[in-house]
Amino acid sequence: MSFIELTNIDAGYIKGKPVLKGFNLSVEKGELVSLLGPSGCGKTTTLRTIAGFILAEKGMVGVGGKDYTNLPPNKRNIGLVFQNYALFPHLSVYENVAYGLKRRKVEKRLIPEKIEDVLKLVSLTGFEERLPAQLSGGQRQRVALARSIVIEPDLLLLDEPLSNLDAKLRDEMRAELSRLQHQLGITMIYVTHDQIEALSLSSRIIVMNEGNIEQIGTPEDIYERPETPFVARFIGFDNHLDGQFVSKSEEELVVDVNGTTLVSSRFSGSLDLVNNGDPVELYFRPDDTKLLDEEENNSIKANIDYANYQGNTTQYSLHVGESNLRAIVSGKPVPADVKSIRISIAPDKLIVEKKE
Amino acid sequence: MKKSKLLIFITIVMFVFLLGPFLVIIISSFSNNAVMRFPPEGFSLQWYNKVLNIEMFRTTFWMSLKTGLAATLTALILGVPVAYTNVRYRYPGKSALEIFFSSPAIVPGLVIGFSLLRFFIYVTKIPVLTGLYLGHTAILFPYTVRVVSASLRNFDRGIEEAAVSLGSSPVHAFFAVVLPNIQSGLIAAFILAFITSFNNVPVSLFLTGPGVATLPIQMLVYMEYYFDPTISALSSILIVLTIIIIQSAEKLLGISKYM
Repeated sequence: MSFIELTNIDAGYIKGKPVLKGFNLSVEKGELVSLLGPSGCGKTTTLRTIAGFILAEKGMVGVGGKDYTNLPPNKRNIGLVFQNYALFPHLSVYENVAYGLKRRKVEKRLIPEKIEDVLKLVSLTGFEERLPAQLSGGQRQRVALARSIVIEPDLLLLDEPLSNLDAKLRDEMRAELSRLQHQLGITMIYVTHDQIEALSLSSRIIVMNEGNIEQIGTPEDIYERPETPFVARFIGFDNHLDGQFVSKSEEELVVDVNGTTLVSSRFSGSLDLVNNGDPVELYFRPDDTKLLDEEENNSIKANIDYANYQGNTTQYSLHVGESNLRAIVSGKPVPADVKSIRISIAPDKLIVEKKE
Repeated sequence: MKKSKLLIFITIVMFVFLLGPFLVIIISSFSNNAVMRFPPEGFSLQWYNKVLNIEMFRTTFWMSLKTGLAATLTALILGVPVAYTNVRYRYPGKSALEIFFSSPAIVPGLVIGFSLLRFFIYVTKIPVLTGLYLGHTAILFPYTVRVVSASLRNFDRGIEEAAVSLGSSPVHAFFAVVLPNIQSGLIAAFILAFITSFNNVPVSLFLTGPGVATLPIQMLVYMEYYFDPTISALSSILIVLTIIIIQSAEKLLGISKYM
């Protein structure tokens, strides 16, 4: 049995209308797992169910071999970090961090030392007497982190902890979180809609959509080998073409798009069922697109809607038949009188899925 | 340009209309004449002296103060949990209940006063003073609920959840984390409710009786018999006191954002 085990969970905000239905999740001790998905996909619901703020209507929540299903949130030994920090505005940094220790009846003489250590860990030594209002966003989030790890929780839940910070701070804090996780070996579940955060922090990513898990995998699995059209689109395979299945061998799959033949070496097991002429979907990333001067294998003719010069690169808005595509290519735009070009996608960059 | 001149004109008229009566009262309170006249013919402080020496005003002032404080505190103690429930939870019939809770602020005071009189005197037969206290509590309740609700809505629920996740029970979290942070809302509610009670005439009119009168009622009674500037002097004192209380609360706590 895994460290965290959600079994067959029905949970949501309104009784009888669960966001999660028959939801299962297991997380091993010491893992940092991200729940990645768009807003409304159920990732926060999952987090709140683990924290105990939502009680599951059905199913079981287990942490560390104990049944947490009906345990109130204040009895679970779980740390929480919120998007908007949720510091106690009327308490100093020191008192914020001390709060959980006092509630846990930690011996009084041990408290100052614990606080000193944890503030050192998040580089906030010397800020003890400040109030949250006197701190920057990054510092506040460090206090929130310190406050939740000082109680030595079994598990740390983070709900979009970096999304209120500006880009530079976000990078710093991401590195910091990664360092803390390695240093403390604490099990973390990290909710985010930001794929870069998920990719750079996680040992595993769980991509969610409409209350369901779309794919579970390592960051590389998710980024390189999305298994469903939703994951592909969410992880940056923004270009999408409709085609028809032609043939397939061990390594290659041949499809037809508007009379042009394209070859892919990236196709999933679900394609076993496809018969000749069946509709399929093709996905590729804008920056995996190449521009060609002359016709080559695995290329398709596209009409230029407009070209947007971006210094090092040029971004093209294109269309093939009904489908709009984006291509990011190095170099300057083609001359304005050129109305159509050929684009090619390497077979290992072209994902083919069965059309659902 | 023409439009803005009109606007300035309307603003001035509104100010005269709103503040004029106060000025008339304050100026006439310094009159040396026994009959209210405006403008006064001479200057004296005799009416202020008289106010302080009329025993009925002193006793009814204390009555108003005590009733106001007791009713305000009760309305706050009842209003805070109601406001909390309404802000934090969804439940069936919530909007109907919200309207019901605000009804004492919507129904005309005379109607409330009269129905409470019927109920207290004929049905429950409680003492006059208790009736007055309960009546005031009822009319203050909507104000405390509304002001406390506004400050709770401004308070991030996540902060409460953070406290719970750190080991507080929901009740402990409320006292340790929520209450200290809605302090200014509570003070705003207190001041607003207290002033409402202190100024109230229509409800008090029905719920006062032999030996139990509030200051505004006593002022009305006095005016039926005398028309000297005593009431002007008393009114001036009340105006100045109210301004001082509201101004200092605004300066210290910025209470206007809750009202």
